[in-house]
Amino acid sequence: MSDPRGVDRRRFLQCMAWTGTGLLWSVAGGVLSSRAIGVGSAEAQSGPATFTFAQISDTHIGFKGAANPDARGTFEGAIARIKALDPRPAFLIHTGDITHGQKAGAFDTAAEALKGTGVERAFYVPGEHDVFADGGTEYLNRFAAGRPGRGWQSFDYAGVHFVGLVNVLGYKAGGLGSLGSEQLEWLERDVAGLSSSTPVVVFAHVPLWTVYPQWGWVTDDAGQALAYLKRFGSVTVLNGHIHQIMQKVEGNVTFHTARSTAFPQPAPGAAPAPGPLKVPVEELRGMLGVREVTYAPGRDRLVVVDASLA
Amino acid sequence: MRSRDHRRRWPVTVGTALLGLLLASSSPGRAQQETGFRVEIKAHGYHAPELTVSPGTTVTWINHDDDPHTVTSTDNVFRSAGIDTDETYSYTFTKAGTYEYYCTLHPLMTGKVVVRSGS
Repeated sequence: MSDPRGVDRRRFLQCMAWTGTGLLWSVAGGVLSSRAIGVGSAEAQSGPATFTFAQISDTHIGFKGAANPDARGTFEGAIARIKALDPRPAFLIHTGDITHGQKAGAFDTAAEALKGTGVERAFYVPGEHDVFADGGTEYLNRFAAGRPGRGWQSFDYAGVHFVGLVNVLGYKAGGLGSLGSEQLEWLERDVAGLSSSTPVVVFAHVPLWTVYPQWGWVTDDAGQALAYLKRFGSVTVLNGHIHQIMQKVEGNVTFHTARSTAFPQPAPGAAPAPGPLKVPVEELRGMLGVREVTYAPGRDRLVVVDASLA
Repeated sequence: MRSRDHRRRWPVTVGTALLGLLLASSSPGRAQQETGFRVEIKAHGYHAPELTVSPGTTVTWINHDDDPHTVTSTDNVFRSAGIDTDETYSYTFTKAGTYEYYCTLHPLMTGKVVVRSGS
């Protein structure tokens, strides 16, 4: 694998080796299936295997608002949920708003705590809370040092191509989430050499589909990114930002937004403005959660399973 | 002169703000009070979104939302840190001009301060 797609392949191969010779069970399309995993790195190079990964989003480390007086506690609950997943996820993706208002030390707090999931590797994309105060300097130094570009990345795992996009660094007055021309050009090059049969997973903070522009729940130039992905037979888009589960299917592209671990937000248009939603205390954990995603060879759609913290 | 009373919310429109200005300036014995206007941040909006003031006026923004916000000049003239719930940010406008600003967390939030002599 060559740069810029060559993100830490060696560690991934180690990760594949870790799966060992056991029998991996997964639920795909509602059918419990199993397959032997025993070829490790050879399989990573030659063909896809069933695997799972976890998505966590909008942890908002440092949040102390009335919508969740114990946001650290629910974050720990999310970590426990991921730790309990069986099989263990191959890796973790965090779809941004790691911190709440870029509070001092919050990036380290999040990254250290997520080691408690037992998942070896985590991939991050920033939310606006992670970059608004300094234009992304702290985030990029912490999570994207040494990589070309401004935090975007891609990697391959077991035959699936993963792309992490950054759509919160181009915020301008009156504007929306945006990717920008430099990143779009990189994306076009990044996927140009891939076979159209390669499953693609895209993850980014702000939704890459039009959820609710009145609240900024949209990425203004996402259409161009999706045009580059149109030829692929299976594209899964994972976003955060809106703190609730929404799904949409458009051709071969399946969009999913994720819950937060910190606080819910109102449904689009259900309140005068977005923001932390106060709900009865007994309902809160049911509105927070994490996500498990399973890829099984031969199936066009990845299986996305959301688990609440209730 | 203008005055500011921390116990009282400033009106949310420019028109009523000016009325408040007249009332305050007609009150005797308040010469020590600071010069200023207040902009309320609530429901992801600046209230009032447009304000006209004289040079030397201090504008204070106070955030009533549970979300943090910023007050960031589009021309990099001023830039607040994150303003958390019930926190404030103040800036004193010394030169005439039109100052547009927005929230870097929620860029659909925009506002404007017009600084004009005799306002």
